[in-house]
Amino acid sequence: MTAETILFYLFGGLAVISALGMVLNTRNTVASVLSLVVTMVSLGAVYLLLEAYLVAAFQIMVYGGAIVVLFLFVVMLLNLSTDEFPPSKQRLIKSAFVIAGVAILAQILIALGHDPLFATPPEAVPEGYGGYRQVGILLYTDYVLLVEMASLLLLAAIVGALILAKRKID
Amino acid sequence: MDQWVAAAGFVAVAIIVPVSMLVGAKLLAVTAKSSSKLKTMTYECGEEPEGGAWLQFHPRYYLVALIFVLFDIEAVFLFPWALAIEELGGLAIVDMLIFVLVLLLGWGYALRKGALKWQ
Amino acid sequence: MTPLMHGFVWGLVIATVLVTIAVLSIWFERKFSARMQSRLGPTLVGPAGILQLVADALKMMQKEDLIPEKADSILFRLAPPFTVLFTLSVAAVIPFSENVLAADLDIGVLFMLAVGGLVVFPVWIAGWSSNNKYALLGAMRAVAQGIAYEIPLVLSAMVPVVLAQSMRFSDIISVQAETHWFVIWPLGPGLIAFVIFFICSLAEANRIPFDIPEAESELVAGVTTEYAGMRFGLLQMAEYLHTLIASAVAAAIFFGGWDGPFAPGLHWMVLKTLALFFTIFWIRWSLVRFRSDQLMALCWKYLLPLSLLLVMVAALFVHYCGVGA
Repeated sequence: MTAETILFYLFGGLAVISALGMVLNTRNTVASVLSLVVTMVSLGAVYLLLEAYLVAAFQIMVYGGAIVVLFLFVVMLLNLSTDEFPPSKQRLIKSAFVIAGVAILAQILIALGHDPLFATPPEAVPEGYGGYRQVGILLYTDYVLLVEMASLLLLAAIVGALILAKRKID
Repeated sequence: MDQWVAAAGFVAVAIIVPVSMLVGAKLLAVTAKSSSKLKTMTYECGEEPEGGAWLQFHPRYYLVALIFVLFDIEAVFLFPWALAIEELGGLAIVDMLIFVLVLLLGWGYALRKGALKWQ
Repeated sequence: MTPLMHGFVWGLVIATVLVTIAVLSIWFERKFSARMQSRLGPTLVGPAGILQLVADALKMMQKEDLIPEKADSILFRLAPPFTVLFTLSVAAVIPFSENVLAADLDIGVLFMLAVGGLVVFPVWIAGWSSNNKYALLGAMRAVAQGIAYEIPLVLSAMVPVVLAQSMRFSDIISVQAETHWFVIWPLGPGLIAFVIFFICSLAEANRIPFDIPEAESELVAGVTTEYAGMRFGLLQMAEYLHTLIASAVAAAIFFGGWDGPFAPGLHWMVLKTLALFFTIFWIRWSLVRFRSDQLMALCWKYLLPLSLLLVMVAALFVHYCGVGA
């Protein structure tokens, strides 16, 4: 087993465990959010092992750094305690998630059965593939329309968030 | 990849530094034989703490975090662009100008609505 | 030498030097602030009181590791080492000379921003897990301020990236060595970007005038209120390391890093870093604290659009004059 494999299982395992910790932890919402940070950073490490450096950096910067902080502040805003979910409702939510999880797992297994991921070794990628230069050139030539649409999406997000949040502040 | 492995070596050192300091402190630290409720009580200016500290916070924190996420995503779009200016030339700059102007529209809206004010 | 050993050995050297400078700077700061306020500062222990550091460090290590009863004990213990871990990791990509660098990543600037951005979590955890009102208030303020200033920080760090057309620190320095330091040329964007970067670094490190998260007159000691002994020491050290590393980054991307006449590159880099580090102390003991609303207004109203403008100006410069014009 190479160091890469060991690291992959280490970070992959960490990501799975912390993701489970996030979902199953109903005692403490803050701890859930913090396990989400661990998940995001471990996923970033897995991307690094795949030599997808740009994706890894963005993963840690946006998901690890920004979005989880947003979740954290939402939790602080709502100040949820366990009391607000009575045990009966919790059981309902949990079983719903278990069913959804099993369904997704089944789908993944079926998909893998159709097209085994590990049957053929992946094709070699050209030099600099997924590097910032290639991504930049592709984004601002072929996909420039999508980038501009992303800016409109962000604009809509700002406006929508303000309308929702302002009502709460006033 | 090699450079990333080297970075991992550095991060290993960054783990060792605080851990070794804590271990050193553990070896040297004195521990009182007895503890009391007063000693481990939460500090609140010498008074007995009034309720817990885990309280509800103002929505303005949430608003700041939200606008931060949006501009962080903008930065993600800016980085690949910033490094391709030489190759793409003027068109890329116009592309980004439109992108930035659309976002600044949102920024101006937030400013006018007073969302960026810490009242 | 394998890459791993290379990173590890240089890591040991760089981390030791950084930690030593951070610790020495505490003595320096005490002396310096004392002079500014017509006092003497530490004088008793050793010549000019320099051994005061050793005494303080020993005292800190000997103190009992107190965990408040109401605190979340696991998170409370974990937070301080993580602040040091994330802060120190940023130094992996900083070149101190052509040879003295641990890892020359091709997305070095992004690594610095991504890893540096994670520091808000342990700081927040430290405040939250204390289960103390002052600590949590300080933590919320620290995170809000940290993320708000992250945006102009990222954008101002992008200006040298645009000008050098590379995110690799050594490339950015080479371009500056061949032409001019970015803080001088192109006239305007480089200098203003440096000022914004410097202001944002101060805000990220919660240094005066941006130290509202630990404003002692209202929040006791902010996040560190419940901490004692070495864990308190680690939180303090992370703060000093943060300022020191931010100075080193600014020296590298705006002041030409190792570039300079007569002396070896390492000397220049260290000199520039320490000069910026000294400026931070100077600012700290000269200015007063901003209010929260002034702090947010400065960031969102002025720094954010200004830094965006600078990135566009830098892009136009590169487009019309080319890299290294």
